[in-house]
Order: sequence, then C-alpha cells, then structure tokens
Amino acid sequence: MIRFDHISKRYPGGRDALQSVSFHMHRGSMAFLTGRSGAGKSTLLKLIALLERPTRGQLFLDGENLSRMPRRQVPRIRRKIGMIFQNYRLLCDRTVFDNVALPLVIAGHRHQEIGRRVRAALDKVGLLGKERAFPVMLSGGEQQRVGIARAVVNRPPLLLADEPTGNLDPELSRDIMHLFEQFNQVGVTVLIASHDLDLIARLPYDQIRLEQGRLVQERGAS
Amino acid sequence: MNFARGLNNYVGRHLQVALSSLGRLYRTPLASLMTTAVIGIALALPAGLYALTGNLQQLSNRWDGSTSLSLFLKKSLPEGRIEALRQTLEQWPEIARLQFISADQALEEFRHLSGFGEALDALDENPLPAVIAVQPAPAYRDAESASALLERLRRLPEVELAQLDLQWVQRFNAIVDIVRRSIAVVASLLGLAVLLIIGNTIRLEIQNRREEIEITRLVGATDAFIRRPFLYTGLWYGIGGALLATVLVEIALLQLQAPARELAGLYQSDFRLQMAGPGEILTLMATGAILGLLGAWLAVGRHLSAIEPA
Repeated sequence: MIRFDHISKRYPGGRDALQSVSFHMHRGSMAFLTGRSGAGKSTLLKLIALLERPTRGQLFLDGENLSRMPRRQVPRIRRKIGMIFQNYRLLCDRTVFDNVALPLVIAGHRHQEIGRRVRAALDKVGLLGKERAFPVMLSGGEQQRVGIARAVVNRPPLLLADEPTGNLDPELSRDIMHLFEQFNQVGVTVLIASHDLDLIARLPYDQIRLEQGRLVQERGAS
Repeated sequence: MNFARGLNNYVGRHLQVALSSLGRLYRTPLASLMTTAVIGIALALPAGLYALTGNLQQLSNRWDGSTSLSLFLKKSLPEGRIEALRQTLEQWPEIARLQFISADQALEEFRHLSGFGEALDALDENPLPAVIAVQPAPAYRDAESASALLERLRRLPEVELAQLDLQWVQRFNAIVDIVRRSIAVVASLLGLAVLLIIGNTIRLEIQNRREEIEITRLVGATDAFIRRPFLYTGLWYGIGGALLATVLVEIALLQLQAPARELAGLYQSDFRLQMAGPGEILTLMATGAILGLLGAWLAVGRHLSAIEPA
C-alpha cells in the first residue's frame, strides 16, 4: 500500500527532516509511527498525503508513484486517504453532520447518499445523536471522533493519523485506538503517528521508529 | 439516462453552492449591503448618464425626422405660378409633404406671435414672402440627400432662398456623441473600480476562510470546488449592485420626469423622458454579473493557490 524508497526530505533552510527512509506497508496492515517530537513523523505522513514533496527518493501509494504526481492529480490521491489530526481540524461554523459530509460533498455524491453515509459513519464512532451539534459543544474525545468519522466516511483504503490521542486522556485514547483497530479489521490500512509508547506497547502492531530523520527500527513490518 | 442524472447532479451542486453563497452574504447583512451599495453607486453613475444621453439622442432623432426645407418664394409671383410649382414639387419622389404658407398667412402668424401688430399696420405692403415648407421623404432625410435636394430646389426660378434646418441638429448630435464618449471613459473607469472592489472583498473573504480552504484541500477538494463559492459570491455582489443601480437610475429618471415634461411643453413638444427599458436593465444586470464574476476570478486566481494545508 505504501512504499518508501530512499526518501529524503530537506526543508528550505537546510533542515533534514528525513534521510534515506525506506519501508513498506502492506495493504490491510496497521502500524505505529513512533519517535520523539521533531523526529520526522509528521513529515513522513505529509509526504504520503502530498502535503509535502520529497527532496529525493521514490514514494509509492497504491502502486502509483507520488514523486512525480502532477498538482492536478493531488485531490484524487487525497480522496484515497482519510486523515486525522491531533487538533482535529474541524470547521467550527458547521455542524457535526456538515463536517463529516465534507468529503462526500467534495466527491459530488447525491444528497440522499450523503445523509445515509454520514449517519453510518457517525453511528460507527458513537455520535449518532450529535449530528446537529457544533464542534465547540463537544468534548475533545467527541471532536476527535467527529474527525475520525470524516476520515472514514468515503471509505478510503488508507487512514493516516497524526498524534490522534495527543490531547486525550488514557481512557479516551484507548477508545480511539480501538476504533482504528475496528477499521483495520475491515481491511483499511492504518498508519498512526504517536509518541504514546505505553499505549502502543500493549498493542500487537508493527512499529516504524524514526530518530532524527532516520529509520531505526521496524518491528514486524517487512 | 446516466448522463442526464450526472448533469442533474452537477446543476444541483451548482445551485446549492450558489444558494449557500447567498446565505453567507445574508448572514453578514451590513457588510454585504455596504459592498453592494458601493458597487450599485459605481454602476448607477454611468448607467444614469447613458439613459440621459439616450434620451437626448432620441430627442434629436425626432428633429431629424422633422427635417424640413424652407423655400422662400420670390415676391410678386402670380398665384398661378405658385400653384404650378406646388403641383410640380408634389410629383418629386424626394418630397413627402408640402406645406404652403402664403404671404398673408405668414403676416397673420407673425402679427399674432410677435406682438408687433401695430408696427406692421404702418407698412404699406406685406414684407414677408410666401413660404413652402418641404418635408423630405424618409429615404432622403439624411444630411447628404437633404443637401442635394436643397441644391435642386435652390435652382428653381421661383425660389428666392432655400434653407435647410439641419446644421444645428448635426451640431447637437456631435455634442451628444462627445458626451457619450466621455461617459464611456467614465464607465470604463468605474467598471474597473467595481472590479477592484469585488476583487478586494473576495480577497478578504478568502483570508477569513483560510482554515476552511485548508481543510477542504486536505480532504481532497479540487481547485474548481474551492473556487466555486467565491465565484458565486462575486456574481451575487455584481448582480446585487446592478439591481441597486437600476433602482437608483429609475428613481432619478422619475424625479426628472416632471421638469422634463414642463421643459418640453415650453417648446410645444410632447417629448417624454424615457425610463430604462427591459433591454437596458438586462444589459446593466449582465454587466454587473460579468464584472462580479471577473473580479472574483482575479482575486481567486491570485490568492487561492497560495493557501496550501500544512
């Protein structure tokens, strides 16, 4: 699903965020991306979502070479990816329903179809009763679940999460991780950047560990 | 079937974006109204001047239509020769209508209108000549044909003097033309102003919705999708401004209606100030819509691509 082939990323100003990183994630697998702040976790996720472009190396997503993807094609690639952020990135002036519906509206689905799928996604994350609420009226855990519903509503084959539990207490974090496991069980490839090592240690998934931009350990992943 | 459904879906989406853009303007009524008012005034100025000069041109067209040549006949022509001349002239294809004013009639009219009655009584004989007013046929009313006709009439032995009352109409037309051209310059400048106003408004709107743009990009929105609401906002501003301009122009013309009629009355004319018709209103609307769309397009092209999610 994801293949990094000697990927390097140098930001303007000379900082090397990633140096010759190579790894491979199979379709339907789930893995954690770990490392300290500034180790390059976010950069790695951004490269996959085409928010940044690699300086060197080849990057493949679902068999397509992202290193040479023209700008026009970027939206099509992003629709294959559900993204989840530490600060949720919800639209504060829209209801929960409208936030979750956004990817479907963008993809041009019909009205009835959107309603059906949004409710299914909200049901999945346990927020079916809150569709008319605004994000500020929700707790942090609920907001993150809205973010997850938005990420999965158009059933992308890949989920990327950048510190999804960073602002949540341990119990809520476990709930969120459990949600990711459920999506993985139905075949979605899941890659989660996190420095919550206690939580990760208890879960039986691959780890991709970065240290100062280099891949230092790849537990289980081939 | 599939195509029709796709088209239906496409139109539906556009309609939805159009309405939600309108709703967004409605939610900030004061700011929207102020922008619309500025655009409306900027559009009303040239539109109103156009309507006025249009009326002036119409006025001069009426005069064009009544272009007449006055033939002052030689004095002491016998009645018979005058009658013969009238009959000859009536055969000319260039001439639509003749009006004969005998010397006595001319005198009577002059006495009546000038108030010099007593002075005229002191004269031994009538100083005024008989006049034939010649109305050219419609095809001969333009300046060139009328001049040619004048030349032919001037050569008639019975005619002392032939005059064409066209020159001042031409001068008047030339002035109206200059005014119209100046208005075109003013209109272009104000059109540019409208473009900049809308462009700037949309630029601010883009900045206000930066977060939203970033997030929609993150979930895979195309440039066209992100552009659409801003283009519709520009379109609504343009149409709203044009609507306001129409109201302003109509009110102004209505205000001028009574004095214009009074003035026309002084000239024994039944001239009425024309209000802006459906064609003119439509033109104004289209102008507003195009300027709005164009202004938004310029702003969107410059500022939207700079916003990338990080």
